[in-house]
Amino acid sequence: MHEIGVVFYVIRDVKKVAEENNVEQVETVTLEIGEVSGVVHELLIDCFNWAVKKEPIMEHAKLQIETIKAVTFCEDCKQEYETVKYAKICPHCQSENTYLLRGNEFNIKEIGVT
Amino acid sequence: MGEFRVLEIKQSVFADNDRRADEVRSELKKKKVFLLNLMSSPGSGKTTTLTRTIEHLKDEFRIGVMEADIDSDVDAQTISSLGVKAIQLHTGGMCHLDADMTAQGLAGLETGDVDLAILENVGNLVCPAEFDTGAVKNAMILSVPEGDDKPLKYPLMFSICDVVLINKIDVLPYFDFDMDKCREGILMRNPNAKIIPISARTGEGIEEWTGWLRDEVKKWQQ
Repeated sequence: MHEIGVVFYVIRDVKKVAEENNVEQVETVTLEIGEVSGVVHELLIDCFNWAVKKEPIMEHAKLQIETIKAVTFCEDCKQEYETVKYAKICPHCQSENTYLLRGNEFNIKEIGVT
Repeated sequence: MGEFRVLEIKQSVFADNDRRADEVRSELKKKKVFLLNLMSSPGSGKTTTLTRTIEHLKDEFRIGVMEADIDSDVDAQTISSLGVKAIQLHTGGMCHLDADMTAQGLAGLETGDVDLAILENVGNLVCPAEFDTGAVKNAMILSVPEGDDKPLKYPLMFSICDVVLINKIDVLPYFDFDMDKCREGILMRNPNAKIIPISARTGEGIEEWTGWLRDEVKKWQQ
């Protein structure tokens, strides 16, 4: 996927918040990542660790990842189910008329700063 | 050294891009410029399809093309030899274009002189689907040799496309590509997708495709 691209977006947004809040150093960055967002965590961490070295305000920042479980909703039987286990087809009624409720997020939750 | 504290951000990384993309679209609406985002995997025939499209429509619309690649300008050279304005955008290693890069490209095209701007996105079925470029419509090309199972493997790409061109239908006899199965897979992901089988090489289906595009450009300019 585009781990390097999203890392640049994260750094841009974090730097902006840090500057607005007179932060000395960003120590931690916590992301919320959906289970089916397609982001590979190991790659993301590698890219992050490489990219922050060039940013004095966050050169030692550690990346923390919280996973959001993916849930799909069936429009026919109005029930929810685990996306990763059953994908597009509803396990309750076998309908394909389903959509993802949550699980493809890529959010910056919070940063720990000094 | 200051005390440790936590700042809540609660911000989607894609939200910024989505906002920027909406800005790009409303700017285009004001200038009556239609932007088509053309996506596909490498080697599906994007540049050849584009060449055919330009040949069909260049007397009706002023066309500008943005070629996005990680490097090189071979595609931009091919397109400018057709007599339309073409610029090359280098993504600098990124696997997709975002709304900001698109806005820079549009500025480079000087959209005041263009009715139809076409963005040839980076050849990739995953990343470009995640980032709204600000385009009015999204099109993708799937070519016969890639296989009829691609809609199942790359669901997001197929779900965001307004039109899917199935290219290289002239080689159908040599591949076990099941057109009905492919259509079914696309429509399962996206019931509203328009599917047009074409051969950019022989010209088959190009009338239908350029007809669709012509109608969409005119609708946008009204």
